[in-house]
Amino acid sequence: MERRLFGLQRLTAMVLAPLVLVHLGLVLVAIRGGLTAGEILARTQGSVGWALFYGLFVVAVAIHAPIGIRNVLREWTGLASRAVDCLALGFGGLLLVVGLRAVWAVVG
Amino acid sequence: MTDSAAGAEQLTVRVWRGAEEGSFATYHVPARANQTVLDVVTEIQRHQAPDLAYRFACRVGVCGSCAMTVNGVPRWTCRTHVSRVATGGALTVEPLRNLPRIRDLACDMAPFFDKWKAAGGRFEGGATRADLPAKVNPASAKRRAADAGIECINCGVCYAACDVVAWDAEYLGPAALLRAWTLVNDERHEGRRATLDKAMGRGGCGSCHTLGSCMSHCPVGLSPTEGIAGLKRMSLAAMFLGGSG
Repeated sequence: MERRLFGLQRLTAMVLAPLVLVHLGLVLVAIRGGLTAGEILARTQGSVGWALFYGLFVVAVAIHAPIGIRNVLREWTGLASRAVDCLALGFGGLLLVVGLRAVWAVVG
Repeated sequence: MTDSAAGAEQLTVRVWRGAEEGSFATYHVPARANQTVLDVVTEIQRHQAPDLAYRFACRVGVCGSCAMTVNGVPRWTCRTHVSRVATGGALTVEPLRNLPRIRDLACDMAPFFDKWKAAGGRFEGGATRADLPAKVNPASAKRRAADAGIECINCGVCYAACDVVAWDAEYLGPAALLRAWTLVNDERHEGRRATLDKAMGRGGCGSCHTLGSCMSHCPVGLSPTEGIAGLKRMSLAAMFLGGSG
């Protein structure tokens, strides 16, 4: 279990590294001529590419972040391990739902 | 032993007396030339406090049983000259950190060795006495990795130096994980995969924050940090590339 989580966290970090760079690059490019909701939606709506890009981003984050949060909670709070696991799982689920909902909102 | 030029000089030595609850007692010991901290503790025990409990055996840095906290730093007392660590002729000697205190300067090493076993540190050979000795290439990468950590004598200095051990009771500690690293690189060890699983399991390598205290305090100059990093790499390779570990 610990070993698998350790591996998953490293794997998702490897996935996230280029995605974050592309995302930051996109932000710099997108705001050059002013940023409006209309501009963003014009670029993203109906785009399968951006849907896949940010869909993968959200999934990777929803796996990566809760594993780290779990470690922090386990080390720094006196919570029982089951409680820590539930909190981390809940956090991951929240990130997944909120993130995918946001992706759907801009590409759907 | 010859008295130093300043023969009348005294060391002021604060020694922990008691178990978990206790206090420091102050002793005055003549400062001598070429005096180790273990010499000082022995002098106190022989001449001033016969009931002082402490642990030692070889006195020459082989057995690893005399480790204590000297002026806040975990050290082998037999290999620590007073002149190197005393500040203004003052010494403070305590038992090793992160281990239960039995009495005075002696701590209970049982949790240390329990974790050593929990990390899969027990060698499991597959050969019988009818087999020829295994031919291990000393120049192979795996053997050299094992050799780099094999000189650990389990003194507990790294365990006492590690802050992660202090705040995470489950953490197996640097010595146990370095032992696991030597075993997963030992081709004669039949349980390499089991050792890797245990070392990467709960309280294992994932808990290490790479603080590096273990390698900066190891009296032999070993690097458990490097071994732990190696275990992580090996585990990832086994998981994603299907290596045997």
